[in-house]
Amino acid sequence: MPEKKKYDAIVIGGGHNGLVNGAYLAKAGLKVLILERRHLVGGAAITEELYPGFSFTTFSYALSLLRPEIIHELELTKHGFMPILMPSTFAPTEDGDYLILGQDKNENHHEIARHSPRDADAYDAYAHMMEQVVHAIRPLMDSIPPDITSKEPEERARMAAIGSYLADLPPGVLHDMIRLMTGSAADILEDYFESDIMQGLHASSGIIGTKVGPRSQGSGLVLLYHSFGEHDGAYGAWAFHKGGNGGFTQVLARAAQALGAEIRLESPVDHVVTKNGRATGVALTDGSEIEAKTVVSAVDPRRTFMELVDPRELPTDLVDNIRRFKFQGTSAKVNFALDANPTYPGLEGRSDQYRGFINMGPSLDYLERAFDDAKYGWYSQKPYIDGCIQSNVDPDMAPPGKAVMSCFIQYAPYHLRESDWDSERDRFGDVVQRTLEGFFPGFSDLVLHREVVTPLDIERVVGLSEGNIFAGEFLAPQMFFFRPAPGWNQYRTPIEGYYQCGSGTHPGGCVMGAPGRFASQQILTDLASKKK
Amino acid sequence: MIRETPFHPRTSAANETGLWSHWSGYLATDRYQMSDKFEYFAIRNAAAVIDTSPLYKYRIAGRDAERFLAGVLARDIRKCRPGQAHYTVWCDDDGWVVEDGVILRHSDDEFLLTAAEPNLAYLRDLLGRLEVTIDDVSDDYGALALQGPHSREILRQLSPEMEGIGYFHLTPAKIGQAAVTISRTGYTGDLGYEIWVGRDDALSVWDALLEVAAPYGTIPAGQTALLITRIEAGLVLIDVDFYSARYAWNDEQRTTPIELGLGWMLRDLESDGRPFIGRKAIEREMKHGTSRWRTVGITVDWEDWNRVYGERGLIPPKDHTPEHGGMMIYDDNVERIGYTPSFVYSPMMQRHIGIARVRPEHAAPGSEVGLELTIDHRYDMVKAQVTRLPFYNPPRKTS
Repeated sequence: MPEKKKYDAIVIGGGHNGLVNGAYLAKAGLKVLILERRHLVGGAAITEELYPGFSFTTFSYALSLLRPEIIHELELTKHGFMPILMPSTFAPTEDGDYLILGQDKNENHHEIARHSPRDADAYDAYAHMMEQVVHAIRPLMDSIPPDITSKEPEERARMAAIGSYLADLPPGVLHDMIRLMTGSAADILEDYFESDIMQGLHASSGIIGTKVGPRSQGSGLVLLYHSFGEHDGAYGAWAFHKGGNGGFTQVLARAAQALGAEIRLESPVDHVVTKNGRATGVALTDGSEIEAKTVVSAVDPRRTFMELVDPRELPTDLVDNIRRFKFQGTSAKVNFALDANPTYPGLEGRSDQYRGFINMGPSLDYLERAFDDAKYGWYSQKPYIDGCIQSNVDPDMAPPGKAVMSCFIQYAPYHLRESDWDSERDRFGDVVQRTLEGFFPGFSDLVLHREVVTPLDIERVVGLSEGNIFAGEFLAPQMFFFRPAPGWNQYRTPIEGYYQCGSGTHPGGCVMGAPGRFASQQILTDLASKKK
Repeated sequence: MIRETPFHPRTSAANETGLWSHWSGYLATDRYQMSDKFEYFAIRNAAAVIDTSPLYKYRIAGRDAERFLAGVLARDIRKCRPGQAHYTVWCDDDGWVVEDGVILRHSDDEFLLTAAEPNLAYLRDLLGRLEVTIDDVSDDYGALALQGPHSREILRQLSPEMEGIGYFHLTPAKIGQAAVTISRTGYTGDLGYEIWVGRDDALSVWDALLEVAAPYGTIPAGQTALLITRIEAGLVLIDVDFYSARYAWNDEQRTTPIELGLGWMLRDLESDGRPFIGRKAIEREMKHGTSRWRTVGITVDWEDWNRVYGERGLIPPKDHTPEHGGMMIYDDNVERIGYTPSFVYSPMMQRHIGIARVRPEHAAPGSEVGLELTIDHRYDMVKAQVTRLPFYNPPRKTS
């Protein structure tokens, strides 16, 4: 028996996009219920005290791509929104040198010049090129893409408008955009930089979350995507939210609740209830049913189309496209509670270099070799590590004088050849720790607690298929009007009243919120047109 | 010769930028490191130490000290008990603000008044036959502000005496061997304290404080970070938001306490019956409603900000560096109705905000106004809204 309470909309999944979507729908006056499987909201953006006094960002760990409109429209500052600037980036090299980039342009120039005077000059040119491309592509990312399968004049006109928009861009900008969207990160970076450390540092953004190497075609797109964010108007800059990204999703939850949305924890959804081809509510795993005319899936495309509804109710071509949609998660996390900040030889007594990302990917070769292992079904024996000792930016993350360190690891392919992640978890953690020990001698002596998060754990705990952190790979055939499938990129599904709003929809992953926001716009537009 | 504060050996060691500015004849740090925004976040999220020693400090003591100050200061000092502090202003005969400052009351007959400008002769000339001594002790003390959410937790480890002191209260205390005064005051609008220490003990206090505070993420913060927080806190600044009536050339440059948003200091004017300099003029202003201005906050419409810059093909700037100038404010009919002497992008509010002066009829919170910008050497107008001050007012400030 369905419960008596009626909702206008039910959002399945309390990750950041589910919360954003629910908040916007509630803001528009709908009675909204957000259902979260776990005991806390946030999805892959959570903070947990896994060791007394230490707050771990188990999965997602930094903020940049969040759309600024969401901050304002949902009034997040009233609920504790606080993106703390990460003022530096630290990139150690394998021979004990390093590159530190900070907030002063000219100081950066001198620092890069230690490695290559040519690169020091090229850095400004590279940054300007990226800014121009990002600025040009923003209007496309910040709107719902047209449906390329549609014959409707309006959709055709929107396609034509994109063509005109691109044609009106300065030719150099369009060319660079295509270079980035189709080429490899290495191709672009070698155009600008000659030093290993500058190539390696920037190429790292081209592989994060994706099963590509820096020399793979397609890594340029990943590099571009990661540059799409901003911190207070500074394109490509990252921040660390107060209390980690779990702190951020708690802010979102408070904002959603303040707007009237109801959040129900530990309420796993079994399936979407449909009647005559339209959604009428959801059934929970405990057998109870809740009715709503609008059901929004904030989970990934595989679960949205293959698990929450019966694929036999869907068009075959959509089912086929979702079947072929690549997840192939390849990232892991290893997080540490540390007795103190680690020491970098030559920088003893200093910790200011730890106020941002610590990029352990010192050259293209280093990254590409790490990828080589993944190509053949194994995890990197010398992985790329994006470290972040967040307690240096937000001291509340660890007890005074102690440190909490998040390490994003690549590559760790979901499918292992001749083994499985439950068997490899500890050995993998050891490989990561050994790599850290290589950069920071004495690192292991500082470790108070270690958390190893494999792609399998990401899938089990968060529900992201194959542990893909973006809810689907950032590959050209899975982006823009193809995300998650041609014809179904406008947040609708073939089942009337059933929508999708997760990172598997346009624009994609990262803690961006745009999918949740656009989906709410589509839903509200559809509801309004029905009323007419 | 430019002077060095008692903390200079430490501030100069911490200052990685090599940049100094001059504040009341002393070297002051704009920022200690390349990111003043990181220092700003230390104030808002951890704690920061700020060397505020350059303020002028006057010791006002004697049997008639209270009586003297009651006649000079616009806010009734008799209500400030020993162990308390007041933020106050003093005015001239015409009710124009001469200056503002914080006054600490150490005992029945001893006060410490801080001021941004020299006031010794001005104050002494008002003494008449009263039994009061006024000494310039500016150089005898260092003042170190510890501001931010962790400030109480840090200080209580050094000086258990300060544990329970309330907002705008003070206590004698010891930090190590040094006798200090700790007041719960500051210019950041956050939980925070100021430590007043004799010159000779300044370095030992700095060292003891930083040793305890550093594990909490405490860093020294410079003037830029401080000036962002004071705009968020809606605190006015002399020579920016107002000018001393003593040196103004015309009334356009002069301001009354009410116009400056400090009318709350005069709340008990009717009942206190106290003669003080400027009282009659202030009473007239109140009675006849002749205030020309209200001091308010303005918040820029974010969509419109994006529009005006976007139309020029520019990335909309969000610069946290305070702008002290005078951007004009207009009403619907493009009549000039005010200006904003202090303007900044607030990282906490995620908005461009300003302390503004507008005509009283436009001062209601929510009033829509236009703010004039100069973009690419051309004037443009962006929508903004009148906002109640302060913009940022965390409960911990006073709790």
